[in-house]
Amino acid sequence: MPLFTALTLLLACDQGFVDPSREYGPPVADAPAKVSRVHVPTSLGAVDTPRRDIHGAPIGVSCATCHAGPGEDAIVVGDEGNPEQMHGTIELLHGGLACDACHEPTDRRLLHLADGAKIEMAEAMKLCAQCHGPQARDYQKGAHGGMTGYWDLRQGERVRNHCVECHAPHSPKPPQVQPAPRAVDRVVFPASETH
Amino acid sequence: MEDTSRRTTLKALGATLGAAAFARAMAPLAAWPEDLSIDELLQRHYKELSRDDMVRVLRRLEQETLDQYGAVVTIDDVRPIPEVQFGYALNLSVCVGCRKCAEACHVENNHDRATNQSYIRVLEIKNGSVDLAMGTVDYDHAVPKKGRSYMPVQCHQCDNAPCVSVCPIEATWKEPDGIVVVDYNWCIGCRYCEAACPYHARRFNWHKPEIPAEEINPDQAYLSNRVRPQGVMEKCTFCLHRTRKGRLPACLEACPTGARVFGNMLDPNSEIRWVLENKRTFVLKEDLGTRPRFFYFFDK
Repeated sequence: MPLFTALTLLLACDQGFVDPSREYGPPVADAPAKVSRVHVPTSLGAVDTPRRDIHGAPIGVSCATCHAGPGEDAIVVGDEGNPEQMHGTIELLHGGLACDACHEPTDRRLLHLADGAKIEMAEAMKLCAQCHGPQARDYQKGAHGGMTGYWDLRQGERVRNHCVECHAPHSPKPPQVQPAPRAVDRVVFPASETH
Repeated sequence: MEDTSRRTTLKALGATLGAAAFARAMAPLAAWPEDLSIDELLQRHYKELSRDDMVRVLRRLEQETLDQYGAVVTIDDVRPIPEVQFGYALNLSVCVGCRKCAEACHVENNHDRATNQSYIRVLEIKNGSVDLAMGTVDYDHAVPKKGRSYMPVQCHQCDNAPCVSVCPIEATWKEPDGIVVVDYNWCIGCRYCEAACPYHARRFNWHKPEIPAEEINPDQAYLSNRVRPQGVMEKCTFCLHRTRKGRLPACLEACPTGARVFGNMLDPNSEIRWVLENKRTFVLKEDLGTRPRFFYFFDK
């Protein structure tokens, strides 16, 4: 019994809050879950031109600028006789695929799935998922692809990145980048660098 | 004339030494730091503050930030959400070592600009091993480099945290949602916790942080990203000023490859639970028994 008393006293002396109401914040009200939506980038349905904006980024032109309607001949603007010139900025490094593997030949504003069903450019992720199953599954479960917003959908919405925001559809492997500057850390770096 | 006795001499010597020692011990009082107010000196431990006390402390700290940095900030005492246990996972298959997470941490958490400090350290290691001792953090070439992989390391919010048990004054503790925090006003800067952490996740403020007023993140919390004083420890708090309000951590939002997964481990439908249940996750230095809440995994 003395041991029990001592233990109880010890527990009572645990570092709890003097004001126990401060231990937790208010519970989150059970609100209807907010959406987790996919951001659709403007680069979808556009092709880079050799021209650059003031930041050095290529200026895109919508596919529909030239391919105005259904049918291969529905080109209203541009160099009809020389499609390579218009698509010259595209470097196709996507597993040996040809243009028509994804782009709908009868309407260049659209894509098509493996079974031939036509889809809008904005729905491109359906097409990606047909070959990249594990990645699509991980994406659906929230374990692949960047996002911003709220982890707690009761409190706010989340915006998921679209496949093409990280993987350029024509050359999906992300290029090398220069890393952000390192910390000047006196503990880890060799003495010669800090002294 | 009577000779001075041996006893008297020793007494005099002892008294002199005692007086000198006392003067020396009191010397710090003469060098009272200009920025230390009586209120701050007498401030109680975080857990001993009532709600009213806390509000007074927060307003004082906001005023101090305005006086010392010229920045108008809001400091909150953001408390844990009931029935939430935070967990974090990182996909090593897709991390490219770009340090965007470290950069976002630097900005979000009001780190010292001169040292470019951050709670995240990205290790570059040779493929085929997780030999941390051979990893480097000072790489400056384009990434990802062929034959190298990258491993960001930050606080693992251990359930059996060595940094908490070594603190001689309970200035650091584990919160109910799993985050290990520091009361920067209680910390005495002994750095025991820094030595105890096997992940090298804690940082010491050797200098008073220097941040231009316009770069200070005004959305602050007492236990996380308020500007820390000189001479205290600091650490990653999973951005509790954001995550306890339902938002994602800054490092996750900044990650361009989507390598990071964050959420409530008690929610069976959460992303973090799916990763823990379906990916082959591992923790760093499992053999030490620290029981981290930060998990690594590979896609294959």
